[in-house]
Amino acid sequence: MTLVQRGRWLTGIGLLLLGGVYLRALAFTPVELHQGPAQKIFYVHVPAAWSSMLAMGLVGLASILYLLVRDTRYDRFAAASAEVGTVFACVMLTTGPLWAKPIWGTWWTWDARLTLTLMLFFIFIGYQLLRGAVTDPAVRARSAAVVGICGLVLLPFIHLSVYLFRTLHPQPIVLKPSAPSAPPEMVTTLLLSVGVFSLLYLGFVIQRYALGGAARDD
Amino acid sequence: MRDLLRHAWRVTRKDLRLEFRSRTALTSALVFTALVLVVFEHGRDPTAVPTLNLAPSILWVTFSFASMLALNRAFQAELENHALDGLLLAPISRTSLFWGKLGANLVFVALVQVTGMLLFMLFFNVPVWRVWAPLAAVTALATVGFIAVGTLFSAMVVRTRFAELMLPVLLLPFLLPPLIAAVQVTVQLFAGRPLSEVAGWLRLLAAYDICFVTLATLLFPFTVTE
Repeated sequence: MTLVQRGRWLTGIGLLLLGGVYLRALAFTPVELHQGPAQKIFYVHVPAAWSSMLAMGLVGLASILYLLVRDTRYDRFAAASAEVGTVFACVMLTTGPLWAKPIWGTWWTWDARLTLTLMLFFIFIGYQLLRGAVTDPAVRARSAAVVGICGLVLLPFIHLSVYLFRTLHPQPIVLKPSAPSAPPEMVTTLLLSVGVFSLLYLGFVIQRYALGGAARDD
Repeated sequence: MRDLLRHAWRVTRKDLRLEFRSRTALTSALVFTALVLVVFEHGRDPTAVPTLNLAPSILWVTFSFASMLALNRAFQAELENHALDGLLLAPISRTSLFWGKLGANLVFVALVQVTGMLLFMLFFNVPVWRVWAPLAAVTALATVGFIAVGTLFSAMVVRTRFAELMLPVLLLPFLLPPLIAAVQVTVQLFAGRPLSEVAGWLRLLAAYDICFVTLATLLFPFTVTE
């Protein structure tokens, strides 16, 4: 089986499981007391945010590795991860306002996490624009790696600066020092969804990586 | 280390001399700053928004745009007659070259900022002189880290298509943390609050500077090749 076929299989399984997660979230997970059905978007929004953060982290890591060993496979991986990360960032930035309008009464607010994710999206876009603007593959790989690393270092600063400034976003309910405050069914659905989104991320990245290799061989 | 700084100073001096002889970029940056201030003055309703409330935003938006102009200039001049290749072949380290370019950019931006501040005092009647020392310190802190990343990126994008557009797209996310911190501190300073109240922001700015000057110095050699 070629790499691109493996990626397709993984994505297919991921999409099937995604259907299962939707079913579980809608039919077999309790409705939240205060937010009602609007809270269901949580099971898409949070995993998408997780996948886009994962994508950025891996872009940064692959960029560091590329500059250290100059293996073009790392560059191809970073490019693939950035593209997939952009898609997940779009999902996150679309589902967020849809939830925020009924719950917060506003589509958007300049809260720490919102600003952070918007900037993450812009870094992804800038990264890809730069890749498109450089023609020499070696120069492109080096420049993209520099932006990837800087972007990764920037994110904690953005979070910290906006966090000091103002925050309205719900505080962590699962990943926090004390026990999760959501009911166990909700936590299980969320974790399953995070797992499925990670699988989808992997499937998409493998396909994109394989395509990148094919484009290079031509 | 001494050689490193000496070579960096040579590069800075070369850049500044080049700039002061032609004065094209400096003049346009200064005129641009004045125009942005004029636009801001006419872009608000003077009866509804008091100047003092808007002052920090006006100041920092002006500085941000002017810095962006300055950064585009840094490596553009080196493209003519392959001057960059000559610079790269010179027996100096890439670190010196980066620090030299960074130094020239900082001097350039500082000149624009000082002039901008004077024009701001003139046009908006904000009592800047009462807080000039802490304001200058915070401006310097907010500018250094951001200009370091800008210098790194401008070396990178100069050979790409649409370089003038590419730089702001890449750089604006990096402007956000120093911008937020600087505006917050400026608001407090204009309100007559002591500097100790904004210690958290100043620490954030210092951490940003240290982090990004180091990172940009380390990454710069990867962005330029003969």
